[in-house]
Amino acid sequence: MSTAELTAQGAELPPDLVQTFIDMAHHEHHARGASIEALRLVQERFGWISDAHLAHTARILGMSQADLDGIATYFNLLFRKPVGKKVIMLCDSVSCYIMGQEQTRERLCKKLGVKVGETTPDGEFTLLPIVCLGHCDHAPAMLIGKDLYGPVRPEDIDAIIDEAREKTQ
Amino acid sequence: MNALNPEKQPLLALVNRETPLDPTAYEQKGGWRGVRRALAMSPAEVIEEVTKSKLRGRGGAGFSTGMKWSFVPKEPANERRKYIVANGDEMEPGTFKDRILVEGHPLQLIEGMIISAYAIQAAYGVIFLRGEYHLGLERLQQAVEQARAAGWLGKNILGSGFDFDIHVHPSAGRYICGEETALLTALEGRRANPRSKPPFPQIGGLWGAPTVVNNIETFSNIPHILANGFEWYLGLSACEDGGTKLYGVSGRAKRPGVFELPLGTTLGVILNECAGGMQDGYKLRAFLPGGASTAFLGAEHADIVMDYPTPEKAGSRLGTGLAILLDDRTSPIGMIRNLEHFFAQESCGWCTPCRDGLPWVERLLIEIEEGRGTEQDLARLKDAARLIGPMGRTFCAHAPGAIAPLDSGLKLFAEDFAQHIRRSTHTDRAGDVSERAA
Repeated sequence: MSTAELTAQGAELPPDLVQTFIDMAHHEHHARGASIEALRLVQERFGWISDAHLAHTARILGMSQADLDGIATYFNLLFRKPVGKKVIMLCDSVSCYIMGQEQTRERLCKKLGVKVGETTPDGEFTLLPIVCLGHCDHAPAMLIGKDLYGPVRPEDIDAIIDEAREKTQ
Repeated sequence: MNALNPEKQPLLALVNRETPLDPTAYEQKGGWRGVRRALAMSPAEVIEEVTKSKLRGRGGAGFSTGMKWSFVPKEPANERRKYIVANGDEMEPGTFKDRILVEGHPLQLIEGMIISAYAIQAAYGVIFLRGEYHLGLERLQQAVEQARAAGWLGKNILGSGFDFDIHVHPSAGRYICGEETALLTALEGRRANPRSKPPFPQIGGLWGAPTVVNNIETFSNIPHILANGFEWYLGLSACEDGGTKLYGVSGRAKRPGVFELPLGTTLGVILNECAGGMQDGYKLRAFLPGGASTAFLGAEHADIVMDYPTPEKAGSRLGTGLAILLDDRTSPIGMIRNLEHFFAQESCGWCTPCRDGLPWVERLLIEIEEGRGTEQDLARLKDAARLIGPMGRTFCAHAPGAIAPLDSGLKLFAEDFAQHIRRSTHTDRAGDVSERAA
């Protein structure tokens, strides 16, 4: 288990995030207006949103844990389970479909040794589908972390993943 | 992008994807003239100028922008809280125009929002940007900081006594957030379900206060209308509504992309002259004129005028103006299955026909695509289109948008569906059919 996961399991939020959330809550018309951005910041720090961090964030914003969990589980980009060091989001929408996304996906799954929705055994990558990345003129498109790629043809996959793996090490 | 003419392509002329302009460079290139002129006018005069420009919303619905603003109560900013919200959710498959504007020229959007805020006397604005636009977010946050440091945002802008500031909100991702009331619900820190209207956001929007929500492309037009006047703006267009439009194509074109052209340009010009025509070995079979939620038009409409009324007369919508091409080598059933998978997955779940009907549609399409379809499945799809599609069965336009490609596709590709069913193995599974019917 990584340090980030250990921290997220037991500990409360670090003081600087607590202060940020208090400031955000005061800035908003109602404290709950800060909820989505607060969850995004938790995830940015720890990679995902643990029960402990969700509960602490809910307390700060004056919301019930169930209420905040309803939000955390609603949005595609908020993760309630641990993910790999980098999340790969492969666009599965219509323009990418027309341009051969399914072949790219097969190659990607083979290269990583996982199915869509899974994390590689070494914890490097989690592969997720994503709706239209707005890169339709470069379809098929995908995001690795914050880096956008396209067009990604099956034969490009090996080099892209090898390079991304080098970058994370 | 440097070859663009600012007189004819005002929205993209100053776009620089490598290094967007800072406030000083923007001013040297003619920026901030719109906001200077607006602040010298009364708010009512600004609304009148925009109304006369015949700018219609570029997010898909095409409502008159000036008229939308005119519905906001007229009290001054300090007497009643009001909001301006830029809709940059852009999760419509096939649509990728706002990305170029936020990544390449965020100050144009910010200037448009300042003018709009002055017109309705709002003191606070939010840019709602989809969470996957990492570069766009970085560029917008930097541009807001630069604009604030240069005195274009904050207290007493240009000594006018008008205060306005902007917050950039990255979304946590759901297609429905692009629907304006769902977007406001998300900004209030709730699950992004749409709200019933009335009240419309212009009366009761964010936190119950009067709110104007406009698309990013719409706001990006505003500085040019104010800087050059409504008559100039009307002259940019090739039809009765004003301005240029960011058109685009994706699919098997030689050079897919976004192009700024007079509103009312034909698809033929967009596809053949700008995007280089179809790739060798591919023919155009049909297209969705303005994103995933518009109805298919067949290749006989390949030279259709892409204004607001013409695609509607042909049975579709201009939508976001970014056509998705279906070529003769892609299965239309596979394409519709892909579209319905998207809509089923992105339904917010608020209304039953949408939440339960769309996954059902997707399952039937999978059956047909995989060679297990029956005549009854086809009849069920037609029933679903009739029951889910019409406006008013659900709170928002997600379900009607989801049904548009299905309903039109069942008609346009009737022979493909029939062939798939004829070739299917359904006679082996008569029991399945009666079981399902029971």
